[in-house]
Amino acid sequence: MAQYILRKLLGAVVVIAGVSLLVFILTRVIGNPVDVMLPLNATAADRVRLAHQLGIDKPILTQLGEFITGVFHGNFGESWYEQQPALSVALERLPFTLELSGIAMALALIFAIPLGVLSALRPRSLLDKVTSTLSMFGICVPNFWLGLVLILIFANTLHWLPTSGVGDWRYLVLPAITMAVLPLGRITQIVRTAMLEQLREPYVVTARSKGLLEFWVVVRHALKNAGISIVTMSGWELGRIIAGYAIAIEAVFGLPGIGSLVVDSIGQQDFPLIQALTFVIATCITLINLLIDMTYPFFNPRLKFK
Amino acid sequence: MKQPHDILEHVTPLLSVKNLKTYFRSEEGGVIKAVDGASLHIRPKEILGIVGESGSGKSITAMSILRLIPSPPGYFAGGDIVFENESLLAKTQKEMRLIRGKDISMVFQEPMSSLNPAYTVGYQIMENIMLHQKVSKNQALEHAVDMLKLVGIPSPEKRVHDYPFQMSGGMRQRVMVAMALSCQPKLLIADEPTTALDVTIQAQILRLILDTKDKVGSAIMLITHDLGVVAEVCQRVVVMYAGKVVEVAYVNELFNHPAHPYTEGLLSAIPRLDETRDRLTIVPGSIPNPARMPEGCRFHPRCQYADERCRTEQPPLVSPKPGQWVSCWRASGVEGSEADVAATAEA
Ligand SMILES: Nc1ncnc2c1ncn2[C@@H]1O[C@H](COP(=O)(O)OP(=O)(O)OP(=O)(O)O)[C@@H](O)[C@H]1O
Ligand SMILES: [Mg+2]
Repeated sequence: MAQYILRKLLGAVVVIAGVSLLVFILTRVIGNPVDVMLPLNATAADRVRLAHQLGIDKPILTQLGEFITGVFHGNFGESWYEQQPALSVALERLPFTLELSGIAMALALIFAIPLGVLSALRPRSLLDKVTSTLSMFGICVPNFWLGLVLILIFANTLHWLPTSGVGDWRYLVLPAITMAVLPLGRITQIVRTAMLEQLREPYVVTARSKGLLEFWVVVRHALKNAGISIVTMSGWELGRIIAGYAIAIEAVFGLPGIGSLVVDSIGQQDFPLIQALTFVIATCITLINLLIDMTYPFFNPRLKFK
Repeated sequence: MKQPHDILEHVTPLLSVKNLKTYFRSEEGGVIKAVDGASLHIRPKEILGIVGESGSGKSITAMSILRLIPSPPGYFAGGDIVFENESLLAKTQKEMRLIRGKDISMVFQEPMSSLNPAYTVGYQIMENIMLHQKVSKNQALEHAVDMLKLVGIPSPEKRVHDYPFQMSGGMRQRVMVAMALSCQPKLLIADEPTTALDVTIQAQILRLILDTKDKVGSAIMLITHDLGVVAEVCQRVVVMYAGKVVEVAYVNELFNHPAHPYTEGLLSAIPRLDETRDRLTIVPGSIPNPARMPEGCRFHPRCQYADERCRTEQPPLVSPKPGQWVSCWRASGVEGSEADVAATAEA
């Protein structure tokens, strides 16, 4: 097991390094921070001075060398706007996003598992049809649009909840729901598919033939075997929330998470911050995947012996 | 082992299946008559064989007894199943759960997939025990170990913590037997328990079922394709064809004087030692589609003796002599009625 984790971690390091390198090259090739940072009437001399100040006038390989040396000292450089170490700026925003995604994920699972299981138990029933239609809707609807619609209905019209910003739990309701809808749709479908497959297995009949309550046949026997698919998809979705959905949703609801920081940093072409964010997000996803992997032996004991 | 039948004729059956009809609604809207008027009974501690080609309704009969037919699409369209003088079809799900695994248990064909891969074999045996007996977890574990010992698994205190994938097919089938017998059922239904196993292991498992049955005192309903097995271990045999029981007889009677042409065909399909054949000669033709059963006797399209009546009228299950029941116009010779069918249960 330890060896397995080590191998996974090594793989993760390679992935994180690769992604960072890609982002590094892309930003330097495509980006043009001087244009963004200087007013329109800035002189050519101003531009050269700023480029020199930021260190982006050096050959790209030199910049890369400096960046890598920095990273090995835990230093991603200073954020050009915040004038603070880029990594701490990024990390400061992380807890908020983690909390919001955690709530959204919990919300998705609480609904997805029962709905998926019930649909699998009664395929082609009314419940199944309604559930699949809704989950298809959840998967297809763009979440920034959904966020705006929810704001329009529950904040602007009904005044039940605040439009945007931070505060007590009421500020998290709409963003969390918006964030949960897509994972909810996907996880419901995977639960349904995995359960349909497991419920066909002969061990389910064996469990019934013991006189076990149908609830336990489903939960204890079939659901445990469907577990791997479900946690895998959930891990995936959690990663996508942090690396994807959070960006649009935090922007729509004006929330101070890592997602809105991604938008800002790209808008401002704050290279060190972009680099630090890439690192933080990629690390999060790696850790999530690792955690998911570590649950596998519980669902499939065969893996305990490998 | 083979009893003179006149003694047993008067023992009340442990279980009787009376004119059972288990149908399925097909996707296309038709009705699949998987079991269509099957009657049989089994006495306490008896070993009853059920034979018949694939698709004849053997498993569906067994699953009907435990009320494990998935519904929908399956449903009971008629008949009754009586266990210890009580109708199983009239029982609630809750009452059935108290019977399953305790009074009636089942061993399935596929030892590879009939155990849950995610739990230890010990857990799965204990689950059965704890459902039906008021015992602590430790007592249940001890009992599970005892059961594993009973079915001949070496170092059972260790193997009880094994997962199914750590065992061979034969071992797993032993575990299934241990689980099925753990609450000393009155009836053990074994649905082709050895078909998926190697020939040498098959013999061991059969031996095991017979030995443990003697210790536990269960009756056994042994579903099999293998008439050789039937000859060796069963006292009576039920022959099923296309969802119906076509013949019931004591084993030597059946082998020496098969009354139904289908039984005759099955018997001639057993390879003899002095013969070398590339393939088993099975009864020519194939079992009818249960969604479109032929008129009259269901076997008539494959029967060499079929005449006009066979093509139009279904022969009733009648008893030409004690202990023997047959559904064939040649054997009954008389105009049958539905009353005859119901009479089997009383035999
Ligand atoms: N869920 C189902 N839906 C529709 N038809 C079914 C279903 N299960 C079984 N059947 C039909 O019932 C008939 C009898 O099946 P059954 O499994 O009892 O046969 P069997 O005698 O046990 O055969 P085998 O020797 O192959 O196990 C088959 O023709 C099958 O097509
Ligand atoms: Mg079968």
